[in-house]
Amino acid sequence: MIGTQTLPRQFNWRPFFQKYGLLMSLLLLCLALSVASDRFLTSDNLLNVLRQSSINGIISIGMMMVILTRGIDLSVGSVLALSAVIGADMLKNEGMPVLQAIGICLLVGAAAGAVNGFLVSWVNIPPFIATLGMMTFARGAAKFYTDGQPITGLDSLGQGFRYLGTAEVGPIPMPIIVAGLVFLGGAVLLNHVPFGRFIFGLGNNEEAAYLSGLPVNRIKLFVYMAAGTLSALAGIILVGRLNSAQPTAGEMYEFDAIAAVVVGGTSFDGGEGTVMGTLIGVLIIGIINNGLNLLDVSAFYQDITKGAVIALALLLHRAIR
Amino acid sequence: MRLCGCVGACTAFFMYKSRMDQTPLLQMQGISKSFPGVQALKDIDLTVYPGEILALVGENGAGKSTLMKILNGVYSADEGAITWQGQPVAIHSPHDAQALGISMIHQELALIPYLDAGKNIYLGREPQGAIPGTVHWRKLYQQAQADLAELDLKLNVRTPVRFFSIAQQQMIEVAKALSIDARLIVMDEPTSSLTDREVDTLFSRMRSLRERGVSIVFISHRLEEVRAICDRVTVLRDGILVGTHPVAEVTTEDIIRMMVGREVGQMYERRNRAATDGVVLEVRNLSRGDRVRDVSFALRRGEILGVAGLVGAGRTELAETIFGAHPATGGEILLEGEPVHIRRPQQAIRSGIGFVPEDRKRQGLFLGMSVAANVVMAILRRLTRPVLIRWPRVEAITRESIQRLDIRTPSQAQRVRNLSGGNQQKVVIAKWLTLDPRVLILDEPTRGIDVGAKAEIYRLMHQLAERGVGIIMISSELPEVLGVSDRILVMHEGRLAGEFDARTATQNDLMNAATGTTLNKGMNPA
Repeated sequence: MIGTQTLPRQFNWRPFFQKYGLLMSLLLLCLALSVASDRFLTSDNLLNVLRQSSINGIISIGMMMVILTRGIDLSVGSVLALSAVIGADMLKNEGMPVLQAIGICLLVGAAAGAVNGFLVSWVNIPPFIATLGMMTFARGAAKFYTDGQPITGLDSLGQGFRYLGTAEVGPIPMPIIVAGLVFLGGAVLLNHVPFGRFIFGLGNNEEAAYLSGLPVNRIKLFVYMAAGTLSALAGIILVGRLNSAQPTAGEMYEFDAIAAVVVGGTSFDGGEGTVMGTLIGVLIIGIINNGLNLLDVSAFYQDITKGAVIALALLLHRAIR
Repeated sequence: MRLCGCVGACTAFFMYKSRMDQTPLLQMQGISKSFPGVQALKDIDLTVYPGEILALVGENGAGKSTLMKILNGVYSADEGAITWQGQPVAIHSPHDAQALGISMIHQELALIPYLDAGKNIYLGREPQGAIPGTVHWRKLYQQAQADLAELDLKLNVRTPVRFFSIAQQQMIEVAKALSIDARLIVMDEPTSSLTDREVDTLFSRMRSLRERGVSIVFISHRLEEVRAICDRVTVLRDGILVGTHPVAEVTTEDIIRMMVGREVGQMYERRNRAATDGVVLEVRNLSRGDRVRDVSFALRRGEILGVAGLVGAGRTELAETIFGAHPATGGEILLEGEPVHIRRPQQAIRSGIGFVPEDRKRQGLFLGMSVAANVVMAILRRLTRPVLIRWPRVEAITRESIQRLDIRTPSQAQRVRNLSGGNQQKVVIAKWLTLDPRVLILDEPTRGIDVGAKAEIYRLMHQLAERGVGIIMISSELPEVLGVSDRILVMHEGRLAGEFDARTATQNDLMNAATGTTLNKGMNPA
């Protein structure tokens, strides 16, 4: 190939947008909302955005790992509800110690994820179908388990179970810290642990991954289990904040998580995406939700706006690539 | 073969003389194209006359594909003009190109795996049924059957194409291009996965097309084929036009010199050292369904064992079975005399077997990932302390691999997608070398890569053999099998049909065995 000297010297915007476009969208969104509402740019509100985003953030990391393997997990919201009601029930009606109840809750999430992963890898069912089944199954199971009634009054059983949802470290609410740790863990796993790199390899080319000796089925099992476990963790936080475990909790949470991951630049073709991108995606979704509330947009319009903004973000993303 | 080619080329030359007076079918003039950071083409002229076969040759990265993509409307040229039958034309999409009568057969097959052969051939051009908007399926399949019959192919037009071999799929692509009634057909490496017999069929079809006045641009790395079938040859190097010559006026050496810009030494260097005594891999009565039947052989340390045979003879399946990609249904595998149980690639890798698959893009590479990620993927688990990846080690190993295999890449972070075919193949091989394998199986290791990179890969195989690695090389190119191997196994319909000493065997011996003519007799003791 001939050298570069014949090309005119000019700044190439494309790589710049590819790298910083997402961050710029986030800043632009913040700027617009600061102008539109004087309540937006206050530390109280910003902390509020972060706290509200933390549940979606925790779920999104799991969702991202699944999408990196060319999969999808539609069951995160239902699994959240099922694990939350079982955990709360263990605590309230079985009199289990807090840590044990939390453990059971996470185990339920992991088990649901394991079923997803098993179906997707060993049984070779398309992820969409497998997790669609789990979505319905877990929701039904949560309603059956509670008879459709929320489990409330967790306060009286000590603050332990609500700790993750309500405690504060200095000025910072606990959910933000938990989400931060999950993001940190996700970043380390995906970027600095062989298994994390295998997730990218698998998403990039499953056959090459298999022929390179990567444990393809175990990787899939892992990502779905991670998604399930993180949903359960998000469930504990939600229960803590609401002081009740509802079988209808987490409805449409899969939507916010998928939206955040995809807005964050993770490709549905697998093998491509960053934790930082997902973080920004989560914040963008959170800020849109927050902004629509601040601007007193009615609930119906909120959904319309959210859908449109996400479609727009993806269009932009595609145009830049 | 060579004589044939010569006579063919001479006749072609005279036919070409008379064609020179005609208006060119296609003229591309002063074509330049640059991508961010590289000028891919600079001031290229290309002329195709009606009823000629023009060879377009050059090393990988020389700009052949880019030029053809401009012709096909995939890219637009920065500068230059295209004239079609004397009229200036603008081609903005493959659809425009097709409307003019330009048909493109890509190296990467463009068939839809889940559709059957008939639907693929007439995709988007389905014959209409009685009711508008419906498809006349019977007519479609009849026509498709006729198209395939024209190529002497006896394939079921209702079988999804994914069940066909790559060679068969290639021929379906050819049938598709022919059915479009193209004036100009561009064939990008159409023979790279065909057996000699299939190549002959393809060539005879190409000759009759030429007689009908259809022009063909033939892109190939196999210069014997260029000699055999083409009228003129256009050589590109590093995005620049080196020259266009009648094939009869230049020697193969001339063409190679124009392609690489330097003299290339003898392609195949005969190794003096025979294989050592120790058997590293032994296969006993290995079977997998009816694809691999009762195959037994031994591979010695430092030996290069060639495996020849027709496409579909079970060579790839044999390799996959040894490697555990598809488990065996019978027989046993011994490594250094110890029986090993291989049901999955992981187990084969742990036993020290590496496998460079046939289709590097689909099976060998993580195209969207970096050179470094590809090189270390298989060994990554051993590069941790205690669980975190030691990046300096990754960097060092990659640097070493890039150096050792002379992988030409701007950086370790370069995505493998952006490398040329030869360098991609080196990356796949580098991945296995990181594991220091005892046995390395290479399936068509030089398919679709240029002359220079081929020679480098042969040299590398020799180096590995010197160091005691047992090498199994599957290849459809008989000169390659004969030139590179120490010993040659020939497969036919899943069985071993012959074993030859590469120093004494001839192409005829191998072909006879491959076609089953000498089955069970005339075994030439190695």
